[in-house]
Amino acid sequence: MLEARDLACERGDVRLFAGVSFALAAGELLLVQGPNGSGKTSLLRLVAGLSRPAAGDIRWTGEDIRKLRENYARELLFVGHANAVKDEFSADENLAVARELAGRKSTPLERADALERIGLAARARLPARYLSQGQKRRVALARLCLAADTPLWILDEPFAALDARALATVVALVDEHLARGGMAILTTHQEVAIATRLRHVIALD
Amino acid sequence: MLRALRSIVARDLRLSLRRRGDVLNHLVFFVIVVTLFPLGVGPEPNLMRIMAPGIVWVAALLAAMLSLQRLFASDYADGTLEQMLISAQPLGLIVVGKIVAHWLMSGLPLTLLAPVLGLQFDLPQQALGVLTLSLLIGTPVLSLIGAVGAALTLGVRGEGVLLALLVLPLYIPVLIFGAGGVAAMANGLGAGPHLSLLGAFLAISCVVAPWAACVALRVAYD
Repeated sequence: MLEARDLACERGDVRLFAGVSFALAAGELLLVQGPNGSGKTSLLRLVAGLSRPAAGDIRWTGEDIRKLRENYARELLFVGHANAVKDEFSADENLAVARELAGRKSTPLERADALERIGLAARARLPARYLSQGQKRRVALARLCLAADTPLWILDEPFAALDARALATVVALVDEHLARGGMAILTTHQEVAIATRLRHVIALD
Repeated sequence: MLRALRSIVARDLRLSLRRRGDVLNHLVFFVIVVTLFPLGVGPEPNLMRIMAPGIVWVAALLAAMLSLQRLFASDYADGTLEQMLISAQPLGLIVVGKIVAHWLMSGLPLTLLAPVLGLQFDLPQQALGVLTLSLLIGTPVLSLIGAVGAALTLGVRGEGVLLALLVLPLYIPVLIFGAGGVAAMANGLGAGPHLSLLGAFLAISCVVAPWAACVALRVAYD
């Protein structure tokens, strides 16, 4: 259960937004919408615990996420603008490192399945520097296939640079996640058909 | 906990081995700087014997400093550092792992190379031993203090020069006691006190530096 109260965010002297509140329960989706520069990414970074809000607080199961630190991080999967994909590592190695950072083990078989599902099976052993933008994005998103046990997903523009098939896969992954009682927060400029009716929308301006 | 630390170290080592050029560049830089001194000062054996520990230490300092830039910068650029900040592993553990890997790829090779370079200056065997030992204790301090500087200069314009300005003054005590050990021994005083003081620096920076680097990293993202 995630709760945010009266969040405000400042970048330099500019106040991006203020008074943003929301609550997210199991199986619910939060869509953050708004034009470029309205603070969507900043809001997601606040919720992920990467930066500190200028005002307000964020609570996970009733406790401040700043106090929970790693205990909150363990419940969280964050895919930001940057893919966190190392050019020197293959897709498979990148995925393994990401799982280690999430504090979980992964077997080669699990990783192969994840890469297969996201459409990278043929490129799993290739250093990521030979992959295209869209393929690198898929490596980052392959983490979703292994994150069934992580309740909160925060995805910043997950569909950028993806082709139609990969987009459908990611939408399906989010759908499955919500169906098994997970929570997801995402920003997107595209109209995507995520099946859930339990959806909240925050419009920043 | 140890398993997590090991996996961080292994990851960074694997990464360094894939960018072998980077690691080799710093070693070659170290060798070249050390070799420049006899060419510049003139091949006077007695003078060289006295200057050798200082030259090797200054070159090691500069080489270690050059390699600092890659400690966090590439992880910062591709977003991995962001993931580390919100990792299920404590940030302190990750930072310690990265520092250990950095030392294994910069400080340790420098230390192993030092006796060979010392021979070039005709250092007696005992002096070579003290020089190597002082580097063995001193280079981890360089990596530890350097990590704080590298974290503080993340994402800043002209970070290379700023990093040098920030870190080099902090390296001074290490340089004094590192290079001083050999001279003290030559004067018949024994290198013990110098090496003990280096050890004390190592102990202090082991405690303070990872914590300071963590704080600096969080600030860089805030």
